[in-house]
Amino acid sequence: MDPLILSRIQFGANISFHILFPAITIALGWVLLFFKLRYNATGDSAWMRAYFTWVKVFALSFAMGVVSGVTMSFQFGTNWPGYMKTVGNIAGPLLAYEILTAFFLEAAFLGIMLFGFRRVSNRIHTLATVLVAGGTTVSAFWIIALNSWMQTPAGFEMRDGVAHAVDWWAIVFNPSMPYRLVHMLLASGLTVSFLIAGLSALRYLYGDRSESMWKALRTGVFTAAMLIPIQIFAGDQHGLNTLEHQPQKIAAMEANWNTGPNVPLVLFALPDEAARENRFEIAIPDGASLVLRHSTSGVVPGLNDYPGNHPPVFPVFWGFRIMVGTGVLMLIVSWSAAFFLKRRHSLPKPLALIMVPMGLSGWLATLAGWYTTEIGRQPWLVTGVLKTADAVGPVAGSHVALTLAVYLILYVLLLIAYLGVLVHLALKAAKDGDASPLPGVMNAALSQPAVSE
Amino acid sequence: MTFDWPTALPLIFASLMGLAILIYVILDGFDLGIGILFAAAEDAEQDTMIAAIGPFWDANETWLVLAVGLLLVAFPLAHGTILTALYIPVFLLLLGLILRGVAFDFRAKVPAGRKHRWNRIFFLGSIIASLAQGYMLGVYVLGLDVGFGGMAFGALVALCLAAAYAAMGAAWLIYKTEGELQKKAVVWLRTALVLAALGMLAVSLATPFASPRIFDKWFVWPQMLYLSPLPILSALLFVWLWRQTFHLPRPDDRHALTPFLTLAAIFALGFAGLAWSFYPFVVPDKLTIWQAASAPESLAIILAGTVVVLPIIIFYSFYAYRVFGGKATDLTYD
Repeated sequence: MDPLILSRIQFGANISFHILFPAITIALGWVLLFFKLRYNATGDSAWMRAYFTWVKVFALSFAMGVVSGVTMSFQFGTNWPGYMKTVGNIAGPLLAYEILTAFFLEAAFLGIMLFGFRRVSNRIHTLATVLVAGGTTVSAFWIIALNSWMQTPAGFEMRDGVAHAVDWWAIVFNPSMPYRLVHMLLASGLTVSFLIAGLSALRYLYGDRSESMWKALRTGVFTAAMLIPIQIFAGDQHGLNTLEHQPQKIAAMEANWNTGPNVPLVLFALPDEAARENRFEIAIPDGASLVLRHSTSGVVPGLNDYPGNHPPVFPVFWGFRIMVGTGVLMLIVSWSAAFFLKRRHSLPKPLALIMVPMGLSGWLATLAGWYTTEIGRQPWLVTGVLKTADAVGPVAGSHVALTLAVYLILYVLLLIAYLGVLVHLALKAAKDGDASPLPGVMNAALSQPAVSE
Repeated sequence: MTFDWPTALPLIFASLMGLAILIYVILDGFDLGIGILFAAAEDAEQDTMIAAIGPFWDANETWLVLAVGLLLVAFPLAHGTILTALYIPVFLLLLGLILRGVAFDFRAKVPAGRKHRWNRIFFLGSIIASLAQGYMLGVYVLGLDVGFGGMAFGALVALCLAAAYAAMGAAWLIYKTEGELQKKAVVWLRTALVLAALGMLAVSLATPFASPRIFDKWFVWPQMLYLSPLPILSALLFVWLWRQTFHLPRPDDRHALTPFLTLAAIFALGFAGLAWSFYPFVVPDKLTIWQAASAPESLAIILAGTVVVLPIIIFYSFYAYRVFGGKATDLTYD
């Protein structure tokens, strides 16, 4: 196979694996801070128990994020040297600021947050939690700024085929950046709240009725129920922003071939790029015009306006549908669970059974969303500036194929181990209930040794 | 010579990158080394060894991200050239770092029966990462020569760098542990030190003979005189440290940190020698730092941030090390 497609698959595999973990740590840091602050305010040790259960998930996810992130920083050079050559003047400073202002902050204070409860004052420990949570969020800010700049570049000029910065404010706050940042932060919030709700539901199904389980379950469910309508609104706004700046991506997301009014909303189809039509189409008349232009006669861009310059339709169309479908499911599940918890103070068993696999719904929606927007940018690596095909390195296809195979095997094994540990931690917490010795809290002399669990 | 930014900036960034690499090699050196020493340690000792590096390793590895990041952002042309030439060793390095990084966390969280497996993976990841770094250094020293000679020399440097890291790990254990494990660490240090010295000698001899340009930089009067402290001081420190290992640990645990600091000094001297050899090239004999540098205005905006943030990073890194100062105890999430 040719190195271009292999390099794309490899980079896609690496970044897909990587994003799973920041998607957890970005929001989980703030959830941990919430647990910590509730404990500080109420003195209720169940909050601290929830903290110590989830701080382990944080530590593990952070480690997975760091090691897969290190991989990313090398891959720019190993697989995409043309990228830095052309836009290095823009991408470089953004990445440098990410490392300097965020990465170090998280990594240095993570040690104190994880292992320092008895070594520093409670106030410093809370501060360390704030700095780690803040660090992950600032990190997301810079990475999203760079990614958005690649989608909707601004604030630069080309000199001799190389991009030079003109206006840094315009580069960082480029047209799609605020929308994408909000969309991603909310996605992380949803990923974490469904993960917490899912693992707590698993504990519930195993008969755990401890205070810390209820506190985590309620935190997860109510956060999810609050965030999902905001996310649907933010996603809609992001879509309108994309319509303005990247119409060909919207055309591919809607599998709309011809520009015009009264465009239907396609619910199901198998887009056929060779024939330039949809097969087995099921659609709502005027739907897309209504959603995108808020009027049945609104004009929606079509793919035929961008011959040879639009993304592959099938993955973008389906990526978008999987994301939206998962979002709808999230809305139904989180609101039902919130209803039962609020009004009935209980959780029906079938609902708990659904919530366990929904624990990973955030990952599915996040990946589907990123696939939509990243494949939707093709054939460009940086819209209008650099084509993906022109950035690939001179590495032999066999090298890329070999390393790709090893990466894929490794990632599958690590994912299995990671999910296994999450389930193990949840079941262990379910078994211990409120009876386990509480680490680090004043009245517990012996703490549980993390190294010999 | 008049001062102008386009000349000065690449120089400043080359120094910053060198500093980041040196800090990385010293800091991640000891935790990679402890991973290598895992093979020689008992189960109970392994827990203490992990506790000696647990709070630090994330931050240590961040220096690698900074070093590669600076190479990427300040010298994008060199980043591409070097990393595509070293595609497979870079891949092995990453593989090793991934394995050890996750094993670190998994070993403490999996059911007790599976812990052994993750201990082995931790060792394996550490040794693969160390060997890959050494191999890359060897190949780089010979001007990115990937022929048979380059590969053989790379393999030699790989072994010696792994030994040097093991020595760093042992020295860190002397500082962080006590009792039997500390005594064991002294023996480990003595053994690893010999191999590390051999490696440094090999690199020092190979570098000038691989390139006539580097030869001329070292063996010309009077430079030879000014440069002579580098090898002489390194050799003296090696011999002195080796002799010290017969007297460690001292009563009352005095000078427990000395072996580590001595090794760090040796690394710094070796690094200075390499820097002198390669200056002004970032890709040996092909690209100078000025040819490979980004546009001055982009470098300037990174520098502005670096000047403010780097001291803060160093300050809070010291703070984190101080919080976890003293002998390693059982590592708990509290």
